Amino acid sequence: MLTTFRDLFRYNIEFRIGIVLVAIVTVFAGLSWFSPYPPEMIYVVVPDQPPSAEYWFGTNSRGQDLFWNLTFAFRNTLGFGLLVALLSRIISITVGMTAGYLGGWTDRALMFVNDIFVALPIFPILILFYFVLRNDLDMVTLAIIMACLGWPFDARLIRSVALGLRHREFTRQAIFAGMNPARIMFQEHLPFVMPIVFSTAMANMIWSIGFEVTLGVLGFTNLNIPTIGTTLYWANNHSALVVGTWWWIIIPVVLIVIAFLGLFLLAVSMNEHIDPRSRLRRMGTGV
Amino acid sequence: MRGYFLFAAKRFLQLAVVVFAGTSAAFLVAHFSPISPVETIIGRVSGQSSFSPTAVESLRATLTELFGYDQPLWQQYLNFWGRFIQGDLGPSLIAFPTPAMELVMRALPWTVGLLTVAIVISWILGNLLGGLAGYFQDNRILKSIGVVAIGIQPIPYYIIAFLLVILFGYVWPVMPISGGFAMSVRPAWSVDFVLSVLWHSLLPAFSLVVAGIGTWFFGMRALVSNIVTEDYVTYADLAGVDRRTVVGGYVMRNALVPQLTALAMALGGIFSGTIITEQVFNYPGLGSLLIRAVNGGDSGLVLAVSCVAVIAVASAIFIIDLLHPLLDPRVRVG
Repeated sequence: MLTTFRDLFRYNIEFRIGIVLVAIVTVFAGLSWFSPYPPEMIYVVVPDQPPSAEYWFGTNSRGQDLFWNLTFAFRNTLGFGLLVALLSRIISITVGMTAGYLGGWTDRALMFVNDIFVALPIFPILILFYFVLRNDLDMVTLAIIMACLGWPFDARLIRSVALGLRHREFTRQAIFAGMNPARIMFQEHLPFVMPIVFSTAMANMIWSIGFEVTLGVLGFTNLNIPTIGTTLYWANNHSALVVGTWWWIIIPVVLIVIAFLGLFLLAVSMNEHIDPRSRLRRMGTGV
Repeated sequence: MRGYFLFAAKRFLQLAVVVFAGTSAAFLVAHFSPISPVETIIGRVSGQSSFSPTAVESLRATLTELFGYDQPLWQQYLNFWGRFIQGDLGPSLIAFPTPAMELVMRALPWTVGLLTVAIVISWILGNLLGGLAGYFQDNRILKSIGVVAIGIQPIPYYIIAFLLVILFGYVWPVMPISGGFAMSVRPAWSVDFVLSVLWHSLLPAFSLVVAGIGTWFFGMRALVSNIVTEDYVTYADLAGVDRRTVVGGYVMRNALVPQLTALAMALGGIFSGTIITEQVFNYPGLGSLLIRAVNGGDSGLVLAVSCVAVIAVASAIFIIDLLHPLLDPRVRVG
C-alpha cells in the first residue's frame, strides 16, 4: 500500500498535483475548528467588506467573515462527500463482489437491479426527496439518499474485476481448501479490488459534492448549514454580482474548483496506475 | 437476426421495469409529502377573500374528492396508474387548472432539443479528439487538449453554466443569458423565431458540451491507447494499410462500442445536468418547470415531471442500446 503511494508520487505528476490541491482544501476545512465565530451567527462583522488584511476573503452581505464561514462550508461539504463515498463503497463492494464471484442467476439479478439504478435520473428524485422532507433534509440524510443512488457504476466496475479473479488459480485452491465464499471474497479478492475502490471513491466524491452544490445553490437543502452550495445560494440571494461583492462568488467557486480538480487528478492517476500498460509507459520514459 | 430480437426483448423488459419502478417510487415519495395540495389551494383561495367556514369545508370536500385523497393508498395507486396510462396526472397547482401533463409536454421539446444537440456534439467531438489523442500519442496539440480537458472535466454543470453567465452576461454581455427565445419574437414556425431559439440555445448547449466532452475524450483516449497495442493493428500497419483506414475503420470503430454503452449509462447524469443548466439560463424546459413546481409546492406537477423524466431517460437509453448492433456485428448474430 505504502509503496504504491510512493510509486505514484514519484512517477505521476497528476498524483502530486492532486495531493497538493486536496491537501490545501483539507487544511482549509480543518481551520474551521479554530474559527472565532460560530458558523450560524450573522451580522458579527461589518458587511460587504472587500478582501483585506483583516478579512482575508472579505465579508458578505450577511455580516459574516467569508474566510471563516468558508472553512465551515468546506468542512461540511467535504465531510458529506466522504460519507457518501464511504456508504456507497460498502454497497458497491458487496454487490459487485457477490455478483462477480457467485455469477449465474445471482449475477444476472443483481446486475438487473444495477441497470435500473443506472437508468434513473437522479436529480428529479433528489428534488422529490427535498420536496417531502424540506428542512429535515440535513447532510446525513442527504448523504444516505445519495449513497443509495450512487453505487451502481462502481459496482459494475468491481464486478468486472471480481469476474476475472474467479477463474484464477488461487481462487480454485481456496475453494478446494474449504474456504467459504464470503471469506474468499473478502480475504482473497478484496485486495485486488481495492485500487479500483479508491479511484472510484474519488470520482464518487466529485459526483456527490457536485449534487450537493447544485441542490444548495437552488436552495433545496437546509439553508442554515454552511456548505459550498448554500454559500453560493446566499450570494445569489443577495445579488452579489450586481451589488459588486464579487468575492462572495468568485472565492468559493475558485476553492471548489481546486477541490474538484484535486480529487479528479487523484482518481485519474490511480486509474492509470491500475492499468499496468500505461504505468510502464510512464516509468519507461521517466516522466 | 434471432439473437437481435432476443437482445431487444430483454432490453425492452428492462425498460418496462425501470419505468414501473421509477414512477412507483416517485408516486410513493410524493404521496408522503407534508404539503397537501388541497390545503394549498384552500389557502390560496381563502387568502384573497373571506369565506364562511361551511363554504371552506365543502370546498375541502370537493378538492379531496378531485384529488382522490379520500380513498385508501392502494386504491390511489391503482387510480394513478389508470390515469397515468392515459397521460393524465391531474391538475397543476401553479397554473390551476391547467393539467400538469400539458405543462410538462410544453416544456419537454425544449429539454429534448437542447439535450440531443449537446450530447451529439460532445459525444462526436470528444470521441474524435480522444481517439486521435490515443492514436497519435506524441502530438503536441492533442496533448495540450488533454491537459485543458483535465482542468475542465471535474467542474460540475452548475459552476460551468454559472461562469458562462458571468462571462457572457456580465463581463462581456454579447449573448442572451435568459429564456428560450427573444421577447420580441412570436412563437411560430418563422425564420425569426427559429433563429432566435438557436441563438438563445447557444450558451446553454455550449455549457453542456464543455461539461460533457471530457468524459468521452478520456474514455476514448484510454480505449484507443489500449487497442493500438493489439496485434491486428501492428499487422495492419506493417501490411501497409492506409493510415486513415487503420484509425477510422480498425481502431476507432472497435473503441466506439464501449463508448456507446457508456453513453447509455451516462444519460441519466447528463439529464440531471441539463436540469441545472436550464435553471441557470432560465430555459423553458423540464428543469425550470420542476424547480418552479417545487417552489410553488405543486406536488402533482413535481410528480409529473419526475415520471416523464424517468420515462424519457429510460426510452433514450433503450434506443441507444438498440443502435448497438450497427456498430457491433457480434450482437447481431447473438
